[in-house]
Amino acid sequence: MPTRETSDVIVIGAGVVGAACAHYAALAGLSVTVVDRGYVAGGTTGAGEGNLLVSDKEPGPELQLALLSTALWTELADRLPPTVEYEAKGGLVVASGETGLHALREFGARQEKAGVIAHEVPGDRLHDLEPHLAPGLTGGFHYPQDAQVMPAQAAAQLLRAAGDRVRLALGEEVTGLLTGAGGAVRGVRTATRELHAPYVVNAAGTWGGALAELAGVHLPVLPRRGFVLVTEPLPRIVRHKVYAADYVADVASGSAALQTSAVVEGTPAGPVLIGASRERVGFDRTLSTEVLHRLAAGATALFPVLGTVRAIRTYLGFRPYLPDHLPAIGPDPRAPGLLHACGHEGAGIGLAPVTGQIVAACITGAEPPLDLHPFRPERFDATAP
Amino acid sequence: MTASASEPEDVARSCSASGPKDSTRTAPDPVPDTGRRADAPYDLVVVGAGSAGLAGAVAASELGLSVALLDSSAQSGGQFYRHPAPALGARRPEALHHDWSAFADLRRRLHASGVDHLTGHHVWSVVKETDGTWTAHALTGADGCADAPARIRARALLLATGAYERQLPFPGWTLPGVVGAGGAQAMLKSGLVLPGRSIVVAGSGPLLLAVASSLASAGARVPAVVEAAGYLRYGRRPRALATNPRKAAEALVHAAALVRHRVPVRLRSAVTEVHGTDRVEAVTVSRLDREWRPVRGTGRRIACDALAVGHGLVPQIELAVAVGCTTRALPDGTLGLALDDLQESSVPGLWAAGETGGVGGAELARTEGELAGRVIAARLLGRPARVGATAGLRRRRDRMRAFADVMSAAHAPGPGWTGWLSDDTDVCRCEEVPAGRIREAIAACGARDARTVKLLTRAGMGWCQGRMCGTAVACLASAGSAPEPPGERRPFAVPVPLSTLAALDGSPDPASAPDSPTDPVPS
Repeated sequence: MPTRETSDVIVIGAGVVGAACAHYAALAGLSVTVVDRGYVAGGTTGAGEGNLLVSDKEPGPELQLALLSTALWTELADRLPPTVEYEAKGGLVVASGETGLHALREFGARQEKAGVIAHEVPGDRLHDLEPHLAPGLTGGFHYPQDAQVMPAQAAAQLLRAAGDRVRLALGEEVTGLLTGAGGAVRGVRTATRELHAPYVVNAAGTWGGALAELAGVHLPVLPRRGFVLVTEPLPRIVRHKVYAADYVADVASGSAALQTSAVVEGTPAGPVLIGASRERVGFDRTLSTEVLHRLAAGATALFPVLGTVRAIRTYLGFRPYLPDHLPAIGPDPRAPGLLHACGHEGAGIGLAPVTGQIVAACITGAEPPLDLHPFRPERFDATAP
Repeated sequence: MTASASEPEDVARSCSASGPKDSTRTAPDPVPDTGRRADAPYDLVVVGAGSAGLAGAVAASELGLSVALLDSSAQSGGQFYRHPAPALGARRPEALHHDWSAFADLRRRLHASGVDHLTGHHVWSVVKETDGTWTAHALTGADGCADAPARIRARALLLATGAYERQLPFPGWTLPGVVGAGGAQAMLKSGLVLPGRSIVVAGSGPLLLAVASSLASAGARVPAVVEAAGYLRYGRRPRALATNPRKAAEALVHAAALVRHRVPVRLRSAVTEVHGTDRVEAVTVSRLDREWRPVRGTGRRIACDALAVGHGLVPQIELAVAVGCTTRALPDGTLGLALDDLQESSVPGLWAAGETGGVGGAELARTEGELAGRVIAARLLGRPARVGATAGLRRRRDRMRAFADVMSAAHAPGPGWTGWLSDDTDVCRCEEVPAGRIREAIAACGARDARTVKLLTRAGMGWCQGRMCGTAVACLASAGSAPEPPGERRPFAVPVPLSTLAALDGSPDPASAPDSPTDPVPS
């Protein structure tokens, strides 16, 4: 017989965004049940590199989110155990020609006006920051606010630090939403039971669109596949998150075709992580040698020293992509009681804390830290204003 | 065990090779008797030159196919028929081997055939191209560091990659002097060296008797063979025993050797701790209950200077898993490939033989290889397979498979073995993750399966990619209930230099397999 359980909030999804929503809701005094059909960090969180970036973001609503979240991450780094491997390592974007450098300069100037710290690094000083970079690069920009965490640990520790107010319902798939008078959401149904709460948060990441459908609302989250190559453990030879200037253009693009740009970074555990590819191929998990080729070629062009280093594994994940590259955050007027916190594409780890804070604010009636209009979940409806 | 793709320990850790020079090579030489052009794909690529691969390659070649036989070693024979390099000048390598004549026969057929035996080829990935052909990507050279990675194309693929040894950790297992049971056997067969003078052999599985008898015959003192299972479970399937008299005879030969060398065999017991400061000085052997939980107060110390330990073999199937082949859970808690009656996997064009479908020994491997070789030839040459030509092979295969399943069930680790792990025992040696940290991830961080444990603790993320700790992590994560077999998901079967990947330019796009069940494990 199904059992009945009640809490103030149900969060669907135990990835980093769901964990942050639960964390901040619990800090606000609410009781939270986190439901996931898998386990902690089993979806895109577990396939991420753990980037907390401001450097790749155009001035606009997403950059605003990123700046707020960066501040929250520094505070979390003090509160969470060191296993989350928070590192304020800084980002370094490099250009291999005058045109590229000019574009970076223009981009950096606009970002600075929006509050980003960016320093131009002339070509002959790049090696002060990254001694193993290829010779002959024109120059670059250093972004000291960029940081990194170990994403699965970040999710697990955000949940753990929330204490007794958070209960986990793992390995339980949500099969339907419970609704009351006037279509208001009042809980979820799983295979074995009903869970009740006046608020349900959709933090299902790449599967957030399917979850929205269960509530009868439209949210066009699409998977955008990415591969990461992992090398054998190395002494620290890559100090920052280093990437080529074309990465920013790839992030901002919506093309379905395969795009790759070299993104290289070291980790505290030793392996160097190499990204980044983007392609819209549904949930296809087939290994692509073409992607591996391009990632390796890009990384060894930036760091020739990596040529003799061995890749020991590769993994892929599906970024939750919304057509305008902005996440859906906040209450859904079409389904009272339902809030969304998904669609962060490749920025979910970085944007998780601010997303959690916003969701908690919406539920408790507090003032959100920024204007939520650009993130409203109903914006993709034909009749939306 | 039969063939081996390279095991992680075999691979040199630093690779001084620069970029590849000839990455698009498809085949080394034209093969006159099959009329294949040098740049044309082979009919068949066989990965692994152990019993299964050898049998498959020669059978297919004798029926007229052009065949490339790839193996990481310099010699054929795989793990089972591992033998000294000619330079060692061993007079009678067969003295250490059971059924050497079967191997000698296959080797003779290989030399007489048109098979291209490509030694020193470490296959790191196989890819099904959009035109339906296969590409095997391989590093070359004894240590995989030669300048010219190879790309070998073929119309069909036979995976005969054998198995690797399963380990269950225990306190002290990282001490020098502790070696794999199969590893000790391999050292003896290939280098004629012993891991110590006084060697306890422990773990579970029929390999232990063979290893102990080899070590004793080679002059080592073997103070005890410690087998965690009882042999009673074999008795529950008398038919499988009665129809496989050769297996019983093999066991008797080993048992007689142990009696001759006065080696005591302790059943339902395990080495639960190793003692020593710089290397092994003694082991504690404890009685196990039905669930493999150590029985309190039964620990007895046995002096020795080496321990050869192993808990059976794990099919080495990552190349097949990476292209989406369906797997099946085996009775001993490992994963094998699901194959049809004619040895074909769920991915058309990919066949497998030997331990890849479940560990069953050299004779079964040879039978399956022969069967697969004939079936592939019939398929590619467009001749309807004559039932009579394979019926006998299939019958023998089925009989030996039935025995393999009994054996597999008899040596499945009991759920209580994790009771001999202390919290500070390293479970993942590559990343130095102790059992306590894994238990904490399960108790406090929401990990309920091996993948989440890996994500949260790094267990299995290191150099060996979970080959050493996969079973242990799965058992700990399942917390006493039946563990999921480790997924054997390793997109790179061996580590690959980035320069090799960077030089893959112009490779055709792999065929997509949208329903692929593979799940490359994220970090």
